[in-house]
Amino acid sequence: MSNRSIAGVPLSYIGNRLFTFFLTVLIAASVIWIIPRLSPVDPAEAMLGRMAAGAGFVENADQILVDLRARFGLDEPLWKQYVVYLKNLMVFDFGVSVANFPTPVSQMLAAALPWTLGLMIFSVLIAFVIGNAAGAFMAWQETPRIWKIAIPAAMVFTSIPPILSGLLLMWLFAAQLEWFPLTGSYGLFETPGLNWEFILSVIRHGTLPALSIVVVTFGFWALGMRGLMTTVQSEDYVQLAKAKGLRPRYILYRYMIRNAILPQVTAFALKVGLLVTGQILVERIFSYNGMGKLIYDAILNQDFAVIQGASYIVILMTAASVLIVDLIYPFIDPRIRHGGGQ
Amino acid sequence: MADATGMGGVVSDADEKAARRRAKRLKRFDSPWMNPKLLTGAGIIVGILLFGLLGRFLWDPELVFIGSAPLNLPPVGFENLRGEPGSPAHPLGTQSSGRDMLALMIVGAPNTLFIGVIASLIGMTIGILLGFSAGFIGGRTDDVIRVLSDVMITIPPLMVLIVFQTSIGEIGILMMGVLLSGFMWQSPTRLIRAQVLSMRQSGYVRMAKLSGASTFDIMFKEMLPNLVPYLFGSFIAIATTAIVTAVGLETLGLGPQRVPTLGRVIYEAIDSAALLRNMWWWWGIPTALLATMFVGLLLVNLGLDEVANPKLRKV
Amino acid sequence: MRNPDTILEVDDLRVYYATPQGDVKACDGVSFDVRAGEILGLVGESGSGKSTATGGVLRTISSPGRIVSGRVVLDSDDILEYNDEQMRRLRWSKLALIPQGAMNSLNPTMTISAQIADVIETHEGRQDEDALRERILELFRRVGLPGRIYSMYPHELSGGMKQRACIAMSIALDPILIVADEATSALDVVVQRVVAQTMLKIKRELNVSFIMIGHDMGLMAQVVDRLAVMYSGQLLEIAGVEDMFESPAHPYSEILIDSVPTLTERKSMRINEGITHDPRNPPSGCIFRLRCPFAMAACAETRPPMVEVRPDQLVACHLWKKTEDGSYVRQSV
Repeated sequence: MSNRSIAGVPLSYIGNRLFTFFLTVLIAASVIWIIPRLSPVDPAEAMLGRMAAGAGFVENADQILVDLRARFGLDEPLWKQYVVYLKNLMVFDFGVSVANFPTPVSQMLAAALPWTLGLMIFSVLIAFVIGNAAGAFMAWQETPRIWKIAIPAAMVFTSIPPILSGLLLMWLFAAQLEWFPLTGSYGLFETPGLNWEFILSVIRHGTLPALSIVVVTFGFWALGMRGLMTTVQSEDYVQLAKAKGLRPRYILYRYMIRNAILPQVTAFALKVGLLVTGQILVERIFSYNGMGKLIYDAILNQDFAVIQGASYIVILMTAASVLIVDLIYPFIDPRIRHGGGQ
Repeated sequence: MADATGMGGVVSDADEKAARRRAKRLKRFDSPWMNPKLLTGAGIIVGILLFGLLGRFLWDPELVFIGSAPLNLPPVGFENLRGEPGSPAHPLGTQSSGRDMLALMIVGAPNTLFIGVIASLIGMTIGILLGFSAGFIGGRTDDVIRVLSDVMITIPPLMVLIVFQTSIGEIGILMMGVLLSGFMWQSPTRLIRAQVLSMRQSGYVRMAKLSGASTFDIMFKEMLPNLVPYLFGSFIAIATTAIVTAVGLETLGLGPQRVPTLGRVIYEAIDSAALLRNMWWWWGIPTALLATMFVGLLLVNLGLDEVANPKLRKV
Repeated sequence: MRNPDTILEVDDLRVYYATPQGDVKACDGVSFDVRAGEILGLVGESGSGKSTATGGVLRTISSPGRIVSGRVVLDSDDILEYNDEQMRRLRWSKLALIPQGAMNSLNPTMTISAQIADVIETHEGRQDEDALRERILELFRRVGLPGRIYSMYPHELSGGMKQRACIAMSIALDPILIVADEATSALDVVVQRVVAQTMLKIKRELNVSFIMIGHDMGLMAQVVDRLAVMYSGQLLEIAGVEDMFESPAHPYSEILIDSVPTLTERKSMRINEGITHDPRNPPSGCIFRLRCPFAMAACAETRPPMVEVRPDQLVACHLWKKTEDGSYVRQSV
């Protein structure tokens, strides 16, 4: 049974990863559910309080409290509330927004998610690619000297959180030089759709947020890759590849980077949570239409359903990224795909 | 070039000299702990700590309170949009509710570092205990700890902390560190577990066992010293992650509200449109200070990497 | 008076390693030759400079090591004069290697066949796919590997299979000389025999020459044609394997040969210590004098030159004195 596999990948490996994925999502969902219930504040009273603050006075307060409890299921036993909550999560039903009553939270999330995912592909993935290339060239013996000086010089910002680099870039390129727009994800007068003005506007608005993530994160990958390349460089198989008289560039790609990249991919899975939250903070300072702005607005408005839904989606996104990386990994590392031939 | 290709023919005099120079340099830094990256990084962190500690005596920390200083003053030598020059009474300027920037930095920087240290200390302690247990006891214990750390490493701490803060409310610096530590134990756990597993196979632990040493003795007397550079590296890496998360939370307007932190100063600056009002000192100074802190932590970490992994040293 | 069928001539090769305390002369004035179709054994304890000497021949010495001087003439060209590109073209097509750690010498992310195909295509240009496949399968057959490993990855093979895959790879381009660097030492005894026999078979079939590095005198005695003995970076004796075992000329060779255990006779180990001196600070005169049972005053003064004491038996030792008729006799002490 342990020999069974899909496309060479052992079923036990796939099962393991899926189990971890579902467990992660379940634990995260439970934590998000438990935390508010630890609060001494009764959510129904809190809601009523906000209504009172808005209107100045609420008639029939006691009756409304009972209605609210019934409406949100707060009069049910805890376990039942939990089961209903999990059931709702499965169909992405997070209730309705208080601030934008009665818009369903899921609708707001669906509007924000593409922006966040789009930015993520352009920033997080580009940083990964650039960083690994930079790290590989830093360690490679044949790299021209200029690059060996230029690459470390470009890495001074490494380990600074993207929100700080975002502020700097925003100040320099948007506020001072006015090369790029200050905030937003597309121009106020553009009509969203597949027209050139809109696409150009999206690119112009996305450049600074993406750049602020790339400049501070590529160095992390570069440093890791440099260390791995230094290790791989002294491996017997690279020494043999040189003795085989293979071309240096071919050895670099096929023998060195090809092997050194494997732990980097694993590291990506471990790091993706921090990268996603880093990006969300950048979105917030650029008022980018993604999850960051949504969460920030929800914090300001005490819109708890939105915060809960957005947190769940971000964690789900992270866990899904990890799952995807884990499922791709066997295809780049034959040791898992063809596990234990002997 | 023998050096460049690694596979040269007969070498020239210049290469020979270069090799000798390299040999000399190696000698100068004979102790791996004395490498320049580690020293510079540690210097930066100590410098920031001293700035915070001595600053309290040399400068008036009461100036962090709202209205304790004039509003919107630029640093000395600059003018603000209204044409007011900076004043030596507030050398780094003031912000729009009349707080002195220098005092905010003096009080805020140690607070920010403190959050990182607390989270890291608690996280490391949990991590070391779980890692050793997983590696040594093995079996079911190992499975549970491994899966749990796999799960927890995926959940971004920021999201859970946002939920926590918006439903529970106001927290202090210590509480912030404690909450963060709940997400900081996974990487030391994994690291130590892997090290314990590989060391169990290695000769000297088996020797120690054969000579009748107790498991506890082996764990702490034989293995821990070998892990020291890794543990230090892990400590710094976790502290960095904790500070990044804390700053992130603060810039969303959450986190400790009553005491100044660098992230909180930045939050207020963004919130008051300091960028548009060209009050660069308001967000720029804490940003620069945080950036310096992160560069310092990174250098310490790179230096520790060189201690733990001698191969990196020659590069 | 070089043998006419000499294919490799190493002349006064010096390879030094830079350390903070000064250079280590890992290979200090080593000269030897390899003839067509022979296996030259290179023996010595660890740290004696066997691998460094062949590293000089293959030009695989990397920083902090460097080739200080010498000549390595392969096929009438001094390859130490070659530039990087000339050297790269020469590698494998004339000068191949069977590496020390076959366990880690194969790229874990490429199939075995792809790692043989890449060296063929690099040196001979693009190949017809079917012809290439047939050629690789033929290489597998030569070293006794089954065709089913064609699309396997290194981790799917056993240690002995990996080593044979390395041998198959080494003969892919029909080289003149193959350096086998401790090719059998990591394997268990039975597999060692199989690998050694594979090498002998290859030698007979392809008439290729080998330099075989090792420290197992017993295995060496059965495989090699001539034997060279190294100690602390210097060559002490080189002779045909029968001559060497029958009448070793150097005291160190004697000790090494005496230490080979036999089934009929129980012997005490005569090697009871490694190289005793600090390699950064070698003794004056003869490198071996600190451990030599026959050390004399002359040994501390000059380094003994390599002299031919019997036909095809060269030794570097002050015990051998030239007589009036030009022959050498060993002094009795």
